Amino acid sequence: MRHRPLLIIATALTTGTLALTACGSRDDKDTGTTGNPGGKTTTVAIGLDSPLTGDLSALGQGIKNSAHLAVTNANKTKEVPGVTFKFLPLDDQAQPTSGQQNATKLAGDKRVVGIVGPLNSSVAQSMQQVAQANNLALISPANTTPDLTQGKDWKQNNRKRQFTTYFRTATTDEVQGAFGGQYAYEQIKARKVYVIDDQKTYGVGLAAAFAAKFTAMGGTVVGTEHVNPEDRDFKAIVSKAKATTPDLVFYGGEYPAAAPLSQQLKDGGVTVPLMGGDGMYSADYITLNKKSAGDYATSVGKPVEQLDSAKKFIADYKAAGYKDRYEAYGGSTYDATWAIIQAVKTVVTENGGKLPDNPRTKIVEALNKVKFDGVTGPVSFDQYGDTTNTMITAYQVDGTQWKARHSAPYKKN
Amino acid sequence: MHQLPQQLANGIILGAMYGLIAIGYTMVYGIVQLINFAHGEIFMIGGFGALTVHLALPAATPLLLALPLMIAGGITAAVAIAVTAERFAYRPLRGAPRLAPLITAIGLSIALQQAVWKWYPDAKKARVFPQFTGDSLHLLGATVQRGELFLLIAAPLCMTALGLFVSRTRTGRGMQATAQDPDTARLMGIDTDRIIVIAFTIGAAFAAVAAVAHGLKYGQVDFRMGFITGLKAFTAAVLGGIGNIYGAMLGGLVLGIAEALATGYIDHIPGMAQFGGGSWKDVWAFVLLILVLLLRPQGLLGERVADRA
Repeated sequence: MRHRPLLIIATALTTGTLALTACGSRDDKDTGTTGNPGGKTTTVAIGLDSPLTGDLSALGQGIKNSAHLAVTNANKTKEVPGVTFKFLPLDDQAQPTSGQQNATKLAGDKRVVGIVGPLNSSVAQSMQQVAQANNLALISPANTTPDLTQGKDWKQNNRKRQFTTYFRTATTDEVQGAFGGQYAYEQIKARKVYVIDDQKTYGVGLAAAFAAKFTAMGGTVVGTEHVNPEDRDFKAIVSKAKATTPDLVFYGGEYPAAAPLSQQLKDGGVTVPLMGGDGMYSADYITLNKKSAGDYATSVGKPVEQLDSAKKFIADYKAAGYKDRYEAYGGSTYDATWAIIQAVKTVVTENGGKLPDNPRTKIVEALNKVKFDGVTGPVSFDQYGDTTNTMITAYQVDGTQWKARHSAPYKKN
Repeated sequence: MHQLPQQLANGIILGAMYGLIAIGYTMVYGIVQLINFAHGEIFMIGGFGALTVHLALPAATPLLLALPLMIAGGITAAVAIAVTAERFAYRPLRGAPRLAPLITAIGLSIALQQAVWKWYPDAKKARVFPQFTGDSLHLLGATVQRGELFLLIAAPLCMTALGLFVSRTRTGRGMQATAQDPDTARLMGIDTDRIIVIAFTIGAAFAAVAAVAHGLKYGQVDFRMGFITGLKAFTAAVLGGIGNIYGAMLGGLVLGIAEALATGYIDHIPGMAQFGGGSWKDVWAFVLLILVLLLRPQGLLGERVADRA
């Protein structure tokens, strides 16, 4: 075995290489609607970044389709006279490195006036700098980590806007987690909870906000555990959780891991519901998990099916015949895209009906003041770039579907 | 401490799966000194092969009846890909410096992942794999899922069959001879090319069995599942002594148990609270690997040339 060192070095090198190569972007196809036969119209582009492949593609495809729908509608109704929108969707595979490449690529395209996305807070962190440096508006329909807008000291109430070009139509984990904590204590009547997170920006923040509110109300956190987002085997953790006899397990993370976790909990004798946030609120959670009945998830906004303002969106989405469902972020994505379109409209109107040469800075300014009735309700942004809409809904798995149990705007007190 | 039987059971079940996959790494390495990095993907394709059979059968077929067919389907798919890979990707490089086939294996691994991603219907996200319904079983103070029972039966069966095959049959002895000295083996009239194909075939078949077990256990298969699991199985093969079939299974079990115990107990040690739990289990597994390699560079059961196959 004289070649042992070679074996070890080769192993180490290839592990690294594989990890890196797994991040390349895959789908660069233009599915945009072009066609500007030299008329008077200006063509601008709206970029999109979400995971179109991989574990989170169910959510990512819903985001892509909903943004595409907004762009198509704007073009059809000539929402901004003289301006045609082109749609440039890119895949980030939920990887921060891919997200940054996509942001750089879109920022380099002069036609791009704004980016809708990403899905993951960790990806947003890698895109914000690029967007800021290029004065390019970045609006996420799904990021919920408070740090992205308010800085890392938000817990000490020392809030400061981080990026002037970053906005979001989803409310923060601080709000969502606290709503969940309150719901668990008051409505589920849980007193002992076991808290698990996946160590990603989103999962950790959500679990922390949940635990803080839950303990503040008088509940007990009987144990905490951290897992890797790629893990599918949680049996060792289940055995640990079982020993603490919780009456609820909370998971800060996303459905690909949450589904086997919930199933293994129940198989392992922890027969209490699993609760999570909007990352768990996906139809795929139920198909991947035979024992999902009774599990809870919170999600931002009201269920679009219950909103009068969303009826047109749902009808349009069906009519467009997209292959994937709009999932949790369809409404907020449509609103995020529409916000960019409205900002372009404001800039065009203020400039006498014509888009100025370098519209990006002006579009960002217009976004701060944007105000319209969107799919999810009134859309506007506060001084940090966060949505002013703090509506949250708690859902529970009933049979083979998520059923909305309780919706309320969350008020800090 | 009362969770110990459960944690051991968790570890043994996970370890048996690692062990079955590790057989493929260890047999191929034992005979051609090639680290077949595409083996994780062979495992993944085994899972999709089984899923395809399940989808082709009428929906009302009881899973217990469908299972043998699914295993056969998984094995067929995995073996077909492994043998093709051996014939067209590895055999032409047989005489080349060792890094060449290694890089080929990595390329093949990526290509296979992408192929499944691209062409298997709906494989861009995790696909649902059938599972046994019914309550879990209680054995010796531990709870075992019905699907996991399959692994507990299949792993010892496979290992016994392989042990008998290698030690008792002509082909098996031919494998041992090829592992010891391929040139002499060829001079003695052994068709080494055939032996190598058989090694790939057995490895792929075992990986397919592990993939069915993976599907039954977690209820899903996806195109990336071979990467992390394959890496763990490769670790198990090195831990047990690469080239040794019993070492591969032992390495798998040790690795699985180490992961379960690290998750369950490290944070109970005073002062170690922040180094415990699920997030650190891989770190502890690799610490164990390094310790074993420092003390026994050949692995737990490595270097017993007579048993290498």
